[in-house]
Parts: sequence; structure tokens; C-alpha cells
Amino acid sequence: MERNRAAYLLLILPFVATLLPWIYNRAEPSLFGLPFFYWYQLAWVVITAGLLGLVVYLTRRRDDV
Amino acid sequence: MSSASIVLVSVVAVVTVMGFLAARWGRANLANLEEWALGGRRFGTVVSWFLLGGDVYTAYTFIAVPALMYGAGALGFFAVPISPLVYPIVMVVMVRFYCVARRRGYVTAADFVRDRFGDRMLEIAIALTGVVALMPYIALQLVGMKAVFLQLGGAFEIAGGLPALTIAFVLLAGYTYTSGLRGPALIAFVKDTLIYITVIAAIIVIPAKLGGWQHIFAATARTFATRSAPASVLLTGQQYFTFATRALGSSLALFLYPNLITGVLSASGKEVIRRNAALLPAYGLLLGFLALLGYCAVAAGIVTSDTSRVVPQLFARFFPDWFAGVADAAVVVGALVPASIMAISAANLFASNVCCQFSPQRTPVETRIAKGFTIGMCGFGLLAIFFMPVAYAIDFQLLGGCLILQTLPSFVLGLWTRWFYPRALLTGWACGVVASCAMAYASHFSPDYSLVILGAKLTGFIALYGLILNLSVAAVASVLLHALGTNRGVDSTVAADYA
Repeated sequence: MERNRAAYLLLILPFVATLLPWIYNRAEPSLFGLPFFYWYQLAWVVITAGLLGLVVYLTRRRDDV
Repeated sequence: MSSASIVLVSVVAVVTVMGFLAARWGRANLANLEEWALGGRRFGTVVSWFLLGGDVYTAYTFIAVPALMYGAGALGFFAVPISPLVYPIVMVVMVRFYCVARRRGYVTAADFVRDRFGDRMLEIAIALTGVVALMPYIALQLVGMKAVFLQLGGAFEIAGGLPALTIAFVLLAGYTYTSGLRGPALIAFVKDTLIYITVIAAIIVIPAKLGGWQHIFAATARTFATRSAPASVLLTGQQYFTFATRALGSSLALFLYPNLITGVLSASGKEVIRRNAALLPAYGLLLGFLALLGYCAVAAGIVTSDTSRVVPQLFARFFPDWFAGVADAAVVVGALVPASIMAISAANLFASNVCCQFSPQRTPVETRIAKGFTIGMCGFGLLAIFFMPVAYAIDFQLLGGCLILQTLPSFVLGLWTRWFYPRALLTGWACGVVASCAMAYASHFSPDYSLVILGAKLTGFIALYGLILNLSVAAVASVLLHALGTNRGVDSTVAADYA
């Protein structure tokens, strides 16, 4: 049995954040000249990588190689 | 010969030699299917990262995503949220599949379906769907190569690039036949290094020369406003649903592709897949910046009716000749790596599930069939490129996605439940496939279909509509078969196989 199975629930966040385009379909606030629509989605690529890293860490087992 | 051509030819020569020498990587008997097709399931985190990255982010990424941004604007950016959606799926679904596949010796998804549901028809259906979905995908890799060859001109351009493409694909078929998955795995290092160098250089150089992102977006918006075809830098209200369904449908479909299954199964352990789910989004970030190059092309005033030539033209305009050669080489090698893996995985399906049927005891005959079929797939790709229209290369990949997504109920839900009856899954699959094809035909082979529900028009990704129908039919048929007291078939797996 894996420990901290609840950590997998974190992986729901990217679905909520990216599948509702009306939340982020805006030009402002812009970042380095990129409209919000663009940098928001790029930011979620990075955030999701972080969440996945966290899940790997939290659910690892002692016998895993 | 221009210096770009010299760089390109040298890189292709080097990777071809690597491809053939890869047969000696790690002592192994390549007559064994698991050795030839999966590199003996020995790839660690680093090799798998390069291999899967090279497999997901193909020449399609380089050419078609910026091309779609150039043509359609914000809607084309749906390729970017695929990364935050697909890797959580890999972390949950593919890790579970990896465990059972490792334990039971599967080489394909259809192997699992056969073992789990004990139904030969379902096995063949899943396998053939994979082979058919891969065909336009292999052809798509050639579109990328062809765009580069036409840009280079000279000897590459003769007869619409036919001789150059043929040579490239003969070399590809040769080392794939000889080395199996070890070939693309080794070449992937070269491919990804070239791609990272090119994209990072492009992101630094091109926007700076165009006066920064603010200026690029303003110029793009102005140009879009003057075009007759609709395009915008933000989504319109009607595009929300299209954008979200394309992103979700493509994410669900991505790791169902047989070439990615092959990549996943070649890993040395489940922890390799888990780590890579967290590490592969680096490529997603790269893809995001690549997509924005489409706007750079608009702002730079590049005008072309063949949008697949947008990126090569951009490189030719902004890079010195020799570095344009590096970028072109990145596209060509970026096509060769996934094309090789696709040929191998289609061949595995054919050998393991169509010609023969899955059995844990594999014979050398399977490897021989698979190697022969690899050559056939390469030949098919070459023929397709000369007879298939390629206005929007990305649409073909989306259509392949419609078919492959129909394998989700049997394969993905099958990893958790046997509630569905095998013949119900087969019926659902058939309805999903037929409906997807009909919708694609009705919408003139665009990836989206306008469904009218209660007077409201919902334009969404065909693949997802097909999947909803597929699941509904499979569920209803399962309830009926249960009521009739039908035999559920034999499950050869046990719960412990999945951990």
C-alpha cells in the first residue's frame, strides 16, 4: 500500500485551472509583453511539474528503486 | 552547397551511423521481441526522458503548432495546456499499466486487453486502431521534413523533395530494422540537444530582433484584423468550448498512441515513469515558446499559404545560414526519431496481436514479422506524403487522435475494472469509430464538429464526442449482457499484478 495516497488529489488542480478558458482569456495583466492568456498557461506547465514532483516525493515507497 | 545543407547532411550522416551502431548497445539477442522492440526494458530515467520527449514532441511540434498559431491565433495554443493535463494522467494511468505489463510481459496495449478480457476480436480491434492511427502520424513527420527540404532548395528540392525524402526514409527503415528501439533511443540524445539549442536561440534572438513581445503581439493583432479568415490573439466566446475539448481530448489520447506505450514499456522500472511524469513538462514549456514563434512569423511579415513552411522561413530569415542548418537538422532528426518508434510500435501490434495472438511465451517468428512490417510502415509513410493533401498538417494528427481515443474504455478503464463486458466494449468502440469518421466527414475533416443540442450550438473536438458515445454504448450493452447472464470471459491477470 502506498503512503499518502491523498497526494494524488493535487493532480486535479491542473484540470480545473486549464479547462475553463474563460477564467484566463484576458490580455491583462501582461508579463514581459505576453498577454495573461499566454503566460498563465505557460505558468501552469511549470506549476504542474512542481505538483508532480511533490506527488512523486510524497508517495514514494522505501523499497522503490 | 550552402552551409545549411552541409550542416544538415553531416548531422543526418552522424545519426544514421549511430542508429546502426545502436544494435551493439548492451549485449542482447535482438531476435527476442522484448529486446528488439523495447530495448530489453532497461532504460533508466535519463534515457527514458530523452526517448519519451523525442516521442511526444515530434517534428509536428516544430512545424504544425507554430503553423496553427500563425493561421488561427489563440485557438492553436490548445497544444500548451496538454502538458499540465497529460502528465498527471501518465502518473496515474501509465504507471499502473507499466506494472501489469512488466509482470505479464506485454509489449502492446492490445496484449493487456487480450489478457484482461480474453477476447480475440477486441484484441484485434484495439491493435488495428493503433496501426491505423499511426499511419497519418508517420506521414505527418514527413511533412515536417519536406518543409525543410523545400526551404533548403538545391538538390533537396528536386521533384518536390521526393529523392531526399526517400533517402532519409530508407536510412530510417534500415537502422530501425537492424537496431530496433535502441536506434531511436540513442538518436534521441542528438535530436533533443539540437531542439533545445534551436528553440532557446530562437526565443532569445527572434523576439529581440522584432522589438519585444509587446510589439509582436500588437503587430499580430493588427495583421489578424486585416485577414479574411478569422484569427485572434485571444479566444472568442464560441471558441472556449472548442479550446477546452481539444486540450482535454488530445491529452486523453496522447499516451494511448502505440509509440508512447512502447516508450513507457521500455523503462527499467515504475519509478522511472513516475520521475519522468514530473520531468517531461520541461518539453511542454519548450513547446509553449515554440508556439509563440507562429506570432513572430506574423509580426515579421512572413506571408505563405502553406503554413507548414512558416517555421523554416522564420529560421532562414533570422538565423545565419549555418545555424539555420542546425535548426533544419533538428526538424529532420526530430522527425526520424518518432517515425522510427512509430514504425516499431505499429509492427509490434501487427506481430503480437493481429498476425499472432498474445501469449506470454513469445516466439522468434513474432520478431521476424515485426521487423518486416517496420519496413512496410516506412514505405507507407513515404507513399502517403505524395498522395495526401497537407493544408493543415495538424488536422491529420487530430483525426488519428479521434480513432486512438476510442481505445480508452477497453485499455484505461480496463486497468481498474472488468465491469464492462468485452463484446460491449467492442460495440462501443465500433460506434465511436464510425461516429468519429462520420463527424470528421461532415465537418470537412476539421477536428471540430458542431453539435446542436436544444438549439445551442456546441463546436467541440470530434474525438471527445466519439468517446462519450463509445462509453454510453459500452455501458448500456454491458447492462444488457449482464441481464442476459452472458459469460464475462477469462481474466488472466490478478490484483497483485497492478501494484
